[in-house]
Amino acid sequence: MSARELPGRADLARLQFHFDGRLYVGREGDSIAAALIANNVRIVARSFKYRRPRGIWGAGVEEPNAVFDVRLAGRTTPDVLATTTPLVDGMDIRAGAASPTAQRDPRAALDLLAPFLPSGFYYKTFIWPNWRLFEPPIRDLAGLGRLDPNHAPPADSAQINERCDVLVVGAGPAGLAAARAAARAGRRVALVDDQLSPGGALRHRAATIEGVDGVKWAADVVAELGRKGARILTNTTAYGVYQHNLVCLWQRRADGPDALWRMRAKQIVVAAGAIERPLVFPDNDRPGVMSAEAALIYLKRHDLLVGERVVVATNNSGAYAVAAALRDAGARVVVADLRASPPAVAGLEVRAGARIDAVHGKIVEAVTISDRVIEADALLVSGGRTPTVHLHAHAQGKLRYDETSAALVPAAPVEGLSVVGAADGTFDLSAALAQAHALFDPAAPPACKTAEPPYAVEAAWPKPGSKGRQWIDYQNDVTLKDVALAARENYSSVEHLKRYTTLGMASDQGKTSNLNGLAALAAATGRTIAETGTTTYRPPFTPVPLKVIAGRRRGELFNPVRRLVLEPQHRASGAVFREYGGWLRPAWYGEGEAVAREALRARETVGVLDGSPLGKIEVFGPQASALVDFNFYHTISTLKPMRIRYGFMLTESGFVYDDGVVAKVNDQHYIVSCSSGHVTGVAARLEQWRQDRFDSGQVTIHNSTPQWATLTASGPKSKALVASLDLGVDLDDAVLPHLSFVDVAFRGRPARVARVSFTGDRSYEISVPSRAAPELFEAMLAAAQRLGGGPLGSEALLLLRAEKGYLIAGKDSDGVTMPHDLGVTGPREKRRNEYVGRRALFSEAALDANRRQFVGLAAEDMTPLPTGAHAVEGEGGRLRSIGFVTSSYFSPTLARPIALGLIERGRARLGETVALYHLGRPLKATICDPCFLDPQGARLNA
Amino acid sequence: MQLFPCPFCGPRAETEFSFAAEAGKTRPEGDVPDLAWSRYLYSETNPRGPAREIWSHLTCGEFFLMERDTLTHVVKSSSSLRAAS
Repeated sequence: MSARELPGRADLARLQFHFDGRLYVGREGDSIAAALIANNVRIVARSFKYRRPRGIWGAGVEEPNAVFDVRLAGRTTPDVLATTTPLVDGMDIRAGAASPTAQRDPRAALDLLAPFLPSGFYYKTFIWPNWRLFEPPIRDLAGLGRLDPNHAPPADSAQINERCDVLVVGAGPAGLAAARAAARAGRRVALVDDQLSPGGALRHRAATIEGVDGVKWAADVVAELGRKGARILTNTTAYGVYQHNLVCLWQRRADGPDALWRMRAKQIVVAAGAIERPLVFPDNDRPGVMSAEAALIYLKRHDLLVGERVVVATNNSGAYAVAAALRDAGARVVVADLRASPPAVAGLEVRAGARIDAVHGKIVEAVTISDRVIEADALLVSGGRTPTVHLHAHAQGKLRYDETSAALVPAAPVEGLSVVGAADGTFDLSAALAQAHALFDPAAPPACKTAEPPYAVEAAWPKPGSKGRQWIDYQNDVTLKDVALAARENYSSVEHLKRYTTLGMASDQGKTSNLNGLAALAAATGRTIAETGTTTYRPPFTPVPLKVIAGRRRGELFNPVRRLVLEPQHRASGAVFREYGGWLRPAWYGEGEAVAREALRARETVGVLDGSPLGKIEVFGPQASALVDFNFYHTISTLKPMRIRYGFMLTESGFVYDDGVVAKVNDQHYIVSCSSGHVTGVAARLEQWRQDRFDSGQVTIHNSTPQWATLTASGPKSKALVASLDLGVDLDDAVLPHLSFVDVAFRGRPARVARVSFTGDRSYEISVPSRAAPELFEAMLAAAQRLGGGPLGSEALLLLRAEKGYLIAGKDSDGVTMPHDLGVTGPREKRRNEYVGRRALFSEAALDANRRQFVGLAAEDMTPLPTGAHAVEGEGGRLRSIGFVTSSYFSPTLARPIALGLIERGRARLGETVALYHLGRPLKATICDPCFLDPQGARLNA
Repeated sequence: MQLFPCPFCGPRAETEFSFAAEAGKTRPEGDVPDLAWSRYLYSETNPRGPAREIWSHLTCGEFFLMERDTLTHVVKSSSSLRAAS
């Protein structure tokens, strides 16, 4: 029997929970680990590789063993750390790596195979005949958390940006002293601590500060900070320091979902304390071997005595307070001090110059110290304190090894970041208070009194080659022999040691193992600790749930689509929506063969299309003509006023970036109408050239895309439709020819009517202010229906365009298509002035005779060609792609399939049959002109 | 998350910015050799340490010059590209 509850727990509320199928009772305020200790559950886990029984080691984030799957309220969360998770009534807890339970796991037989399973065994064994046969069962045998497929945490984490003058990480004595001095000096302070209550080590190590008890002092300081307006975040982990002094904080809240704080601080003070490291000796992973500091925490904060007959093994003075406290609580305590001549301490049985020879029992039953067997039910170990320097290292801070304190401490300070207290290797209370206080106040620091002697330690690093199985990394089951093996195989860099043995790579990130591991490597390779160095520290300091980092940006909020003003009206007309270029648009309307129906109707009577997402970027000013001409392949400025021209925008590499139309109002006012998916890009490049090449005082750009709704009537009856709208427009073709526009009015609102066609039929684009769109749409739809027409969706529009060979930039052109590949050669041959992409049009690649050219493709039969099918030449196994099918539809108008594609030397091969290849199937097609309907363009004015 | 100083709007999160080009590149005009055009388009000095770069602040649309260190991420200065009037 060992762990015992002390009377102090009696008044707390009782909580029920299950562990590995058995019902237990815990107390309000317990962590899961404390509740298990209270119930004397000594085996709580099985180790990762060898399935050895493990008990609870620590009391905080450093815990390597007690990692559980926790089911609560119908949801299972894997990989929960028992020492930092509060117990909640009703929790159903399972030891994560164990099968079926931690207490009984038949896979413990793996431990017998340990000689064959050293680090990296999988590089040397289980390879033939196929390592893939072995990997799944090996992974199953390893200890990994089970993921509940229903584990989909809600997207409810808030993300908060905040700024402060001073961010203090850690509300122990050093952090509190620094925060208070900063606040008193008038700074705006933020204080974070990962515990629920402030005080840090003051909560379990007695001290008096400024005449009051340490815990009370901490509460008083926090109260004063609150009155001074400081931001105080408890139960909050500062998990990473990023560039320009940004610190990310993970806040856990009782009354709501977790939050992520992005805190920008002018100055960061790291007072994150230190973590006790284990001693390394044979069988040091047995249940019952625990951190001495953790035993003190369980005693002082949870009223739990972890053992009745306790051996405290230590190489430093800090563990004596633990021994004394446990003795005062009623345990029989023996101190085994590894140091030859430790200072004498009254009231404690101390064995000096001790050597830990062996641990006996599956769970600790006895310990052999210097050849003498001592009965014990708990072996508390203290190998020294490792400063928590992570945040300093995130900020690119360097470390140095301090011989006196046997610790890695910050070397030169990083700009904007200070480290104080135990995190800096300043372990003694009065020195820590003074150091922290001095950051902001040169006057006298807070006075303190404590019974603790000054911290003194003699390093007791692992000795490679010594006998017995000695664990360095509990969580990944890495032993001292593994470190020696890595050194023997020449993995002498500490970074290679880490990856070859996986030391420090588990979820505890080596908090109890990194220093022991690198010290062992140093010894094995004949170097000093300083020469060996550490691995790179990277955020997060502890595992942070992804939902906290993701925040609310999930589902519809992950990449929100843009929505049309007329969406309700489209839905009322039966529209089925799809995403096009970031916009949610009607793909078709109604049921059945809607796309064919709409396409046919638009060719026969009239279709009404919502073209509002199409870009409208206005260019104003005396240099507007020059800016537009420079950005387009076609010359635009020669347009007459109130006329429209179709043109390409190229990249500087000569590739077609976008095709669209430009409307010229006058010499100082143009409207660039680009495809809806490129609006931001086109506006950005116009703006860039405006600032880079032109006089920004002589030309301005305005993106008015969302301000105007554009509705298009397309088809032989479109003229009749527009006439019925009463816009006051003269629709005579001589007055309003194709590719011209006019300003009119729609029921008192400004409107513009433009004759532009994307279908090859007579078309009118009517633009009105967005607020007037519903009225216009209603009027146009009613008029269309009277004429035997109806709404036109995007899918039908794509079909109609393809019938005419009107290419879609980015679909019928790829990332290297140039305008002359599309048959548009005029500007390249004739333009003499400079424009974007001009030089590239004469490069070696541009002049290549074998470039892929835009053509039409006729199928052999009535089956449309598969989009993406490659045109090929060559024989047998050596087929070479010479292009591919870019668009393919069954045309209801022509009653046969049509297709477009890019084929090498296509324009010289009209009439030729070409072989195609698609997903293993050979096909044939005939190359033809891309315009399948009305090549003369008579339908534009029909 | 770096903080970049837009000369007009002040310090803003790096996500509000877009890298435009290395400073000092001049667009060659006319019939320059293929290699010169290719170098203009694709070759970068990509310095390790102090760098002069042109960035665009997407929020206000202004392109500006920023001097910063690509190794330490320290931003030395930012200044407008507009000619002094």
